[in-house]
Amino acid sequence: MSSLWGDTPLRGRVLAALLLAAFLAAPLIADRYLISVLILVLYFAYVGQAWNLLMGFAGQLSLGHALYLGIGAYVAAALWIHFGVGPWLGVLAAIPIAALGGAFIGWLGWRFSIEGVYFALLTIAFAEFTRIGFDHWDFTGASAGFFLPIGGVAAAQWWNLGGGPLLFYYVALALATGAAALTARLRRSALGYRWLAVREDAEAARALGINIFRARMAAMLISSSMTAVAGVFYAFYYRNLFPAQVFDIGRSIELILAPIIGGLGTVFGPIVGALILTPLGEVLIAVTERLGLDAPGAKAVFYGLALMVIIWLRPNGVWPWLAGVLGIRSKDR
Amino acid sequence: MTPLLAIEGVSKRFRGLRAVDRVSCEILPGQIFAVIGPNGAGKTTLFNMVAGVLRPDEGTVTFAGERIDGRRPDEIARRGIGRTFQNVRPFPALSVEDNVVIGALLHAKGMEEALETAHQVIWQLDLFAKLRQPAAALALPDRKRLELARALATRPKLLLLDEVMAGLRPTETDQMVALLRELNRTTGMTILLIEHVMRAVMALASRVLVLHHGAAIAEGTPEEVVRDPAVIESYLGAEAL
Repeated sequence: MSSLWGDTPLRGRVLAALLLAAFLAAPLIADRYLISVLILVLYFAYVGQAWNLLMGFAGQLSLGHALYLGIGAYVAAALWIHFGVGPWLGVLAAIPIAALGGAFIGWLGWRFSIEGVYFALLTIAFAEFTRIGFDHWDFTGASAGFFLPIGGVAAAQWWNLGGGPLLFYYVALALATGAAALTARLRRSALGYRWLAVREDAEAARALGINIFRARMAAMLISSSMTAVAGVFYAFYYRNLFPAQVFDIGRSIELILAPIIGGLGTVFGPIVGALILTPLGEVLIAVTERLGLDAPGAKAVFYGLALMVIIWLRPNGVWPWLAGVLGIRSKDR
Repeated sequence: MTPLLAIEGVSKRFRGLRAVDRVSCEILPGQIFAVIGPNGAGKTTLFNMVAGVLRPDEGTVTFAGERIDGRRPDEIARRGIGRTFQNVRPFPALSVEDNVVIGALLHAKGMEEALETAHQVIWQLDLFAKLRQPAAALALPDRKRLELARALATRPKLLLLDEVMAGLRPTETDQMVALLRELNRTTGMTILLIEHVMRAVMALASRVLVLHHGAAIAEGTPEEVVRDPAVIESYLGAEAL
């Protein structure tokens, strides 16, 4: 446990435990709507953590994480629909396929010194042409969509990831908690230190004997694998997949907002960001409806304004500031 | 005695300009060896060929009996060559401790060993009071010492210092000289430094190589070199020794 907590002060550990307890107990009082919002919070906390490992720790900007999400979703869905292989096994196929995609992009980018925004463009390009490919691939329903059967036998089979909201809630909670624990552990590992070194100054990192290609590749493999798991969850939760939605750049952007708002390169940032953004989106929907502002995009405008205000007030993210206020500033935030 | 580092006939051209022209020298274990020369003499280019940043066009660099020219910087660091940068580059957002831990991780077997090595080096370089401060918050002399600490934490056999005195005040330079002498005396660490500040070179180096327009024009003890007519004419004369 010591490697997990590091030098996090006692108050921080208690707060983390309380937060987890609150999430565990939430279904006792939350209604169906609130549970669906909390599932989204946990989903974004999880994928945000996955993306944060690559960007926040290893310093590599990916704007195409929808690629790994989509690969995970489609691989698991295709195995289920065409071969009757359930998602708990399907995820074992989804992970290596998505990781292979990530490894190829990483290899292409870092072997040929495609850095910074150019690397980000590369990630967008791969997500985009994978979307186009899936739009034309009849095996997975092409652009007409790929549907997982609802109801009937599949309805209450937890072993096939079929069931009510509570099942998905607790699966998402386990994913988000596991991702946070993994990140905390990696942060204090030799690999975590190498990531920080490469992020801060790649040339200086090399002079200390760090193989920057290998360090970045490790981050990419872990990040894309984790995102593929979120894709499997996505497929079985929503039960319908459209390439234009799953691989969309909007999908890539929405999953990077929580870690940016919460605090890049911090363990709690993605969780705090997801806890702010998802409810904010829901509140804005309710408010704009109440006010009768049903003009298309009204919600998006307010959402965008809210993001700007948060980033203006807390340019390093909410968590580093919040941790200071709560008196739980550990040396590495 | 077999040299720890042997540079043989090394050249580097940049678009027709001969930055380094068939330079050779040998650095013995435990020696403090300085490379001096006016701006543009090719000092940093030579340095970068040893550190693996540049690949020589011709010639060889041999370290501890093994050719290292053309190898990557991280491979060279792994073999036991530590370096500092002319424009200091500690990891700005990381604490003093984390900076040095990263260096120590090169040969440590686990995090605990790395932390132990790091603390030892931080103590040695008198940075312990600033353990948790981010590197970006340190003043220049401290940043230079931090960068030295980070390189030392990799436990190098050879330490490459690229103008480590630049930007320091005379008293700070004297402190750095004392620190390096102490390191060399107590650990027997071999040091290759590239330097502009003559005062530091005279006090530190047991052997000096003088570069001018990419070529070696003199080599010897500091006393021999400053008396060399070619050196006085090409370099030192202008700066009124």
